[in-house]
Amino acid sequence: MSYLHIGKNFTPPDIYGKVTGKAKYAEDYAVDGMVYARLLTSPMPHARVKNIDASAALAMKGVVGILTADDVYPAEAPSPALLTNEPVYVGDPILAIAAVDEKTAENAIAAIKLDLEPLPFTVDPVDSLRPGGPSARTEGNVFSSREMKAVSWTQGDVERFVTGQEPSAPAPYEWSYGDLEAGFDNAEVVLEESFVTTGYAHMSMEPRSVLSFWQNGKCHVHGSTQSQSFVVPFLAKMLGIEQADLVYVSEYCGGGFGSKIGSYPVLAIPGYFSKKIGRPVMLRITREEEYYVGSARVGFQGWIKAGFTKQGKVSAVDLYIVQDLGPKATGGDASSAGGAVSILYQPDAMRLRDVPVLTNTTPRGAQRGPGQNQIAAVFEPLLDKAARELGIDPVEIRRLNAPDSNTTINADQGPITSAFMEEALVKGAELFNWSERIQKSGRQNGSKVTGIGVGQGYHSAGAKGYDGLVRLTPDGRVHLHSGVGNLGTYSYAATTRAAAEVLKCSWNSCVIHHGNSGLHLPWSSYQAGSNTTFTHTRANYVAAEDLLAKMKRIAAGALGGEPEQYDVADERVFDTRNAARSLTYAEVAARAIELGGEYSGEVYPEDIHEVTQRAVSAIAGTGLVGVAKDTLPVRGTVPGLTVGFAEVEVDLETGKHEIVEFLAVADCGTVVHPLGLAGQLRGGAVWGFGMASLERHVYDPHNGLPANVGYYQTKPPSYLDVPSSMEWAALDIPDPDNPVGARGVGEPAMGSATAAVMCAISDALGGHLFNRTPITPDVVLNHVSGNGQSFGPLAINTF
Amino acid sequence: MNVNGRKRPVDVLPQETLAHTLRYKLGLTGTKLGCNRGECGACTVLVDEINHYACSMLTHSVRGRAVVTVEGLQDASGTLHPVQQAFVDELAPQCGFCTPGQIMSAVALLKENPNPTREEARQALAGNLCRCGAYDHYLNAVERAASTMRKAGQLT
Repeated sequence: MSYLHIGKNFTPPDIYGKVTGKAKYAEDYAVDGMVYARLLTSPMPHARVKNIDASAALAMKGVVGILTADDVYPAEAPSPALLTNEPVYVGDPILAIAAVDEKTAENAIAAIKLDLEPLPFTVDPVDSLRPGGPSARTEGNVFSSREMKAVSWTQGDVERFVTGQEPSAPAPYEWSYGDLEAGFDNAEVVLEESFVTTGYAHMSMEPRSVLSFWQNGKCHVHGSTQSQSFVVPFLAKMLGIEQADLVYVSEYCGGGFGSKIGSYPVLAIPGYFSKKIGRPVMLRITREEEYYVGSARVGFQGWIKAGFTKQGKVSAVDLYIVQDLGPKATGGDASSAGGAVSILYQPDAMRLRDVPVLTNTTPRGAQRGPGQNQIAAVFEPLLDKAARELGIDPVEIRRLNAPDSNTTINADQGPITSAFMEEALVKGAELFNWSERIQKSGRQNGSKVTGIGVGQGYHSAGAKGYDGLVRLTPDGRVHLHSGVGNLGTYSYAATTRAAAEVLKCSWNSCVIHHGNSGLHLPWSSYQAGSNTTFTHTRANYVAAEDLLAKMKRIAAGALGGEPEQYDVADERVFDTRNAARSLTYAEVAARAIELGGEYSGEVYPEDIHEVTQRAVSAIAGTGLVGVAKDTLPVRGTVPGLTVGFAEVEVDLETGKHEIVEFLAVADCGTVVHPLGLAGQLRGGAVWGFGMASLERHVYDPHNGLPANVGYYQTKPPSYLDVPSSMEWAALDIPDPDNPVGARGVGEPAMGSATAAVMCAISDALGGHLFNRTPITPDVVLNHVSGNGQSFGPLAINTF
Repeated sequence: MNVNGRKRPVDVLPQETLAHTLRYKLGLTGTKLGCNRGECGACTVLVDEINHYACSMLTHSVRGRAVVTVEGLQDASGTLHPVQQAFVDELAPQCGFCTPGQIMSAVALLKENPNPTREEARQALAGNLCRCGAYDHYLNAVERAASTMRKAGQLT
C-alpha cells in the first residue's frame, strides 16, 4: 500500500525545543510567588511515625508551611501513599516543608525531630516466606488477587527453593492449560533450571519534579508523565478535585520507561501543598530521591522446567516465580512472563505459579517489558541448551516454535491479530550472516572468546476503545488534537499522521495540539505497553473518517448530489463526476460553523469519554469537528515481536564482554515512522544490554539500606558499554486489525537484545547457563576459574 | 560573566554552581540537572570552548570567561547550529532531557577535531548518559554535523 505520510520520516514539532533548550520540562517552569518544597523521607525500611516535632523548623525565617500525611489523600495498603505515617521503604516520603528557597526548606527539614518506631522489615522475598519471617507491611507479605495475605512456607519449602529444586510450596496465584504430564512424557529433553532476574531502577534522566498552583478555582499541575490525557482522571482523584478543575501540563517528559505511566504520588503533593499555603509550590526531586520514589523493575526468583520433543518443539513448560514487588501494589510481571512463554514457544501444555511477595525496597512498577523481558533472559538461553542437546541450530529451533497468525496466547489460549516471527528470524539470519558467523562460535583470540546469540522478545502492543479528535478551521488548517503523552517516542505526532493520511492533506497544513489539557485534548490510552502506535493510529483514523464523512455531506448539501459521489484531494472536497464542483477545506470549515450541530462540535457522539466531551465542548463552533471513539474490531491480543542477533567477545581474564555486532529485526506491522522505529529498536537494545550484564540494585539485609542511589552504582549503559553502531530491519507486513497495519514495538526490542547477549555469552562459554541477570564480570570469572559462585543459586542482594 | 556572547552581571554565592546560576538566576533552563553531581552530563556547557559539567563548577570560577549554553548556539537569525540541525535530521533525541548536554559535547568535539572517527566521537561523548539509549543516533548526528560543517568551511 502506498501512503502519503505513513512510513515516511517527518520532523516532529517538539524536537526543535529539545535541540535549542527551549523545551520546558516540569522543573523549567517558574511562576510568581513560587515557593520550594523539600521532602523528609524515611531513613528506615519500615517504621511507624510516633511523633513529629516541627516547631523549630516552622519557626525558621523563610519557612512557609508543612504538609503531612494528615493533609493528603489517604491510601489503603498496599496502594502508594502520597505521604505516610508508616513508611515502608528507605526514602518513603513522610512530610514536606515549603520555604522561600530550597536551601531554607532543606535546613528546616534537618531541624525536624522525628520519632520513629522501627518495625520488622525484609529486603528478600524468601526471607519473608520463611517460618516466622518478617512481613514488609503490617497488613501482610503477599499481594495477590487484589488482596493482602500473610503467607508462610515450611522450612522444607524454603530449603528446596533456595537450592534450586522444584518448589513444593503452594502458590497464591496459578494458571495453566493443556496436559502438563503428557507434555513432559512427549519430551525427548527435559530441562530444569532455577533463576534470578534482579530488580533495578528506571532512573529516567529527568527526576520527577512537579510544580502546582491554583488559579480561578483550578489546580494547575506541571508534571512529568509518559501519558497526557490518561493522567487526568487519576490525578484529579488523588487531588480530590473534579476532572474539570485540573489543568495538567506534561508537554515534555524526560523519560519514563514505565515509571511515569499515569499519576503517581509525588505528582499530587504540590497540589495539596499549594492549596494549603496559598502559594505556587515547586517540588524538585533529586537524583537520590528519584532512586527512592522513581520505581524499579520487579525482581524474579524462580524455577522452570521445560520439555522439548526430538524435533525441537516445546511440549511443556512449568514455571514458578517468586516476585519481589517492593512495598506497594503491582505485580503483573509473573503472569506477563507466562504469557510471553505461551506465545513465543507455544508449549502444548503450560503452568504458571506466582508468589507475589512484598519487600521493604523501592516501590516497583512496570518497567519496559515488565515480565516478558525478565523471562526472555531466562527462557532463551534455556532454549539454546535444548538445541545443543538435540543438535539443532539456535535459529532453527526458534523457527520451529515461531508464532504465526494462528498462534494463541495466555491461559485462555486466546487469538492474536497477526504474527510473522519465522519471517523475522529468516530475515535476521540472512542480514546477520548467521550460518557463516556461527562458525566463529567459541573461537579464541588471546584471552577473548567469541560467542554468537539470537534472542526473541514479545509484548502485547495495542489497545482499543480510545477517542480521536481532529478539526478543520476556516484558515484551512487541520488541527490534530493528541491526548497522547510525549514520552520520547514521537508517537504523539506519528499517530496523528493516520488522520492526515485519511484527509490526504499536506503535513504543512497540520497543527498538532498536545501536552496540555488546556489545549482540549481527547481521551487517550496510557503511553505504556508499547500500545500507542496501534491504539492511536486507530483513534486518529476513526476521527478523520468522521471528519471526512461530514465534509462530504457538507459538500453535497452545498453543491448538490449525494455525499458518496464526493472525494478529497489537494485539500479540496470535490464531486467525482465533475471535479470542478468543489470546496476547499477552508470553505468546508466555514460552512461547518454556519451549520452548527454535529458539524461544529455543538453535538457529539454519546460514547466518547468525558475528557473528550470537555475538549469538544471547548472547541465547538471553531470549525468542522471530527470526533469518534475507536470501535473498530480487534480479533485478539496485538503482539509486538522482535528478534535480536548479537556477536560478543568475552574476555576470560577480566570477565568482561564486548558486543561486537548487533542486529534487531521487528515484526511490528507497517512501519509508521522509520527513524522513530530505529530509535526504539536501538534504544530498546541498549536497555537490553543493561539488563543482561550491568544493572541491578542491592539492599543491605541488616539495615534495609539501598546500596545504589547513583548512576555510578546502578550502571545504566553508557556510550562505551554498547556498540557504536547497530543495524535494524523491519518486516513491514501489515496487521489486519489496524487501519494502517501498525503494531507497537518498544518493549520487545529490549527483551530480544537481553536474550541475544545472554545467549551469546553462554555460547562463548560452551553453553554454560548463568540463569541470572545481570551477568557481571565477577560471575563470569568465578565460572571460568572453576571457583564456583560466592552465593547460592537463588540468592539476591549479592555483590 | 560572559554567557552566550553577552555580559551578564550577576551576584553569586561562594558555593553556587554554574548550573544553578544559569538555570535559576539567568533563566537558561536548557542546561539540565540530571544528577547534580557530575555523573550524567545533562548540564554540559562550554567554558572557553571546552565542555564542562556545569553542576560541578563554581560560578565564581568562570568570572570573565566565555560560557556558552545550548541557548547560545543558534545564529542571530535563529538558524540552528549545524550540530543542532544534524540532531534534528537524525531524529537523535528521544525524551530530549540529555540532548542539550550531548549537543554541547558534540560542539566541543568538533571545535577540537573537525573530522572525528565514530570511535573518537564515542569517546568524546562518553561523559553524557542517555537513558533512552539514543547513542547510535547521536553519533550519526555528530558525523552528519562534521560533514556539513566541513562542506560549509566552518571547520578546517
